[in-house]
Amino acid sequence: MDFSTLIQILDSTLRLATPLLLACLAGLFSERSGIFDIGLEAKMLVAAFFSAAFAYSTGSVWIGLLAGIAASMVFALIHGVASITFRGNQLISGVALNFLASGMTVLVAQSWFQQGGRTPSLIGGARFEPITLPFADAVRDVPFLGPLYSDLLSGHSILVYVALLAVPATWWVLYRTRFGLRLRAVGENPAAVDTAGVSVIGLRFAAIGIAGLLCGIAGAYLATGLQAGFVKDMTAGRGYIALAALIFAKWRPWYALGACLLFGLLQALSLRTDVVDAIFPFKMPVQLLDSLPYILTVVILAGFVGKAIPPRAGGTPYVKER
Amino acid sequence: MDVMPKWADVVLVPVISLILAMVISALVILAIGEDPWAALKLMVQGSLGSTYGWGYTLYYATNFVFTGLAVSIAFHASMFNIGGEGQATLGGLGVALVCLAVPWPHWALALPAAMVGGMVFGAAWAAIPAYLAAKRGSHIVITTIMFNFIGAAVLNYMLVNVLRPTGSMDPATAKFPPGTNLPTLHEMLAPFGISFSKSAPANISFLIALLACFLLWLLIWRTRFGFELRAFGKSESGAIYAGIRPTKIIMGSMLISGALAGLMAINTVQGEAERLVLNSVEGAGFIGIAVALMGRSHPLGVLIAAILFGFLYQGGAELALWTTIPRELIVVIQGLVILFTGALDNMVRMPVEKVFLRLRRSNNGAGE
Repeated sequence: MDFSTLIQILDSTLRLATPLLLACLAGLFSERSGIFDIGLEAKMLVAAFFSAAFAYSTGSVWIGLLAGIAASMVFALIHGVASITFRGNQLISGVALNFLASGMTVLVAQSWFQQGGRTPSLIGGARFEPITLPFADAVRDVPFLGPLYSDLLSGHSILVYVALLAVPATWWVLYRTRFGLRLRAVGENPAAVDTAGVSVIGLRFAAIGIAGLLCGIAGAYLATGLQAGFVKDMTAGRGYIALAALIFAKWRPWYALGACLLFGLLQALSLRTDVVDAIFPFKMPVQLLDSLPYILTVVILAGFVGKAIPPRAGGTPYVKER
Repeated sequence: MDVMPKWADVVLVPVISLILAMVISALVILAIGEDPWAALKLMVQGSLGSTYGWGYTLYYATNFVFTGLAVSIAFHASMFNIGGEGQATLGGLGVALVCLAVPWPHWALALPAAMVGGMVFGAAWAAIPAYLAAKRGSHIVITTIMFNFIGAAVLNYMLVNVLRPTGSMDPATAKFPPGTNLPTLHEMLAPFGISFSKSAPANISFLIALLACFLLWLLIWRTRFGFELRAFGKSESGAIYAGIRPTKIIMGSMLISGALAGLMAINTVQGEAERLVLNSVEGAGFIGIAVALMGRSHPLGVLIAAILFGFLYQGGAELALWTTIPRELIVVIQGLVILFTGALDNMVRMPVEKVFLRLRRSNNGAGE
């Protein structure tokens, strides 16, 4: 495998890791506040559809992005009402939302565009175009570092950089702000936070709102950046891979970046079977490559390689008094 | 003290939840420019108006009984087995391997063997998450989700690389030998002089599903294991104090759960397709969650909920055929049912409890 192939693969790794990373950070906020979220998939999917639909109808990808975020926030709100206000089962709520999103998007797409549950292809201003970082063309000829900068880092849509910046931002919010401290505390011991006079319900809704925002961006990136339009079930299990990455990262932001890049690399490799065949001396089944994120997560969960300990109050609704 | 009488908890709350889900579904149909009343009539006509429709409704219901029971028994041990999809996928593999291994002379021999195959494979796929939950403390929900995806990959690999007949491009096994073909309801009812649609796929598996309901009821409410299972589900620490071993309950409930999900394959793989194809489960594993929630994890409730979902499935297919409403409407309804009967249970329950509390107070007031 030569250097340019490597750059190509890493380039597609970065693009495929972006939706995973955004969804993973969304899950991180939610689960750190004590709300399990297996509805990441649902939020991404509705965001993907509504961003593509509005981008197509208005011709502006930015309006599409806002619509995607709004749709994702609505789903986040339903999850919040079910699991915080009415203290329902968070996992069941997530499952329900996944179905709702999967069916609703196709239903609305069909009655809106009559194209068999998809949006028309997006062109021009209705898509996020790649942006060229400063000096990218100038340094292209520098050996090694040149292609690394101008071919790998440069030339992505803005949302890729948003996702990358979201990692330090998440770290800063969680570990350097008062809000972050309270958020982490509410996921470990909500009663203590309540005793200190801080609203558990408010904090958890805030966390879920942030999760909705990030999933909205992730979904919009899928439909308007990575691909040009919405197709049925286009998230294709990415919400679950993000969930796997979250466990793999042990609910920490920087680890999340690593996990998502690793899982993105696996996805990129399974698209390039020629490279896979060249790397491995034996015939590597593409199915094994596809399921590696899940297998790795099970191994981590089993505690054979480091122990993944979830936030202690995760999954249990907070009851103020009995 | 129970605020509500038992019948309100078992019947009234699920029915109100169901009505809420139906009302919202009707609004959705209205929003996409169709007539909900006409849609409902079409669904009833298409799924219950003929023996052909009934044949499909019962065929789907059979799947949902198995997966619903699978989720239910895990619920009783307060475990959430979301991996019915993967376990049913692997069950399909087991059934296919059994059916293809021997040139079976008669279905009466092939069926028990295929049942064992499906149950063993389904249980095996549940065994690893169960073991990890019991011994290593892994979260059962996350591991079973992961095993759904791994199971799909395993099936994909087996069909593409191992089981595909040479020369075939289709990722599917060869047709099973005729000796494995199960009698359909048409063939079973003909000797009694009842004419039943010939082309509907409902088969003898439906009777096995009914039997499974009864056996599971016996197991949960009439055996020592069932008692331990329910005790563990109500309070883990209390059960341990009473000398109940958590490992036994977790492994036992999950193995039975996986076996039931795997058993679904005799209906789809052996009964209908008569070969193993990719995605033969078609989401039935997940519908089991909705069925178990609606049926309050009771075998009789599961049976009723499964027939209701069978009706929705067949009715939804008819809708997609005759109107512009796509099949995905069922997925929306399914999501709404799970949302209202599962996650928003308290939203329905709390007002109902209030009404009962007020009734009781006014009754007491009258008595004094």
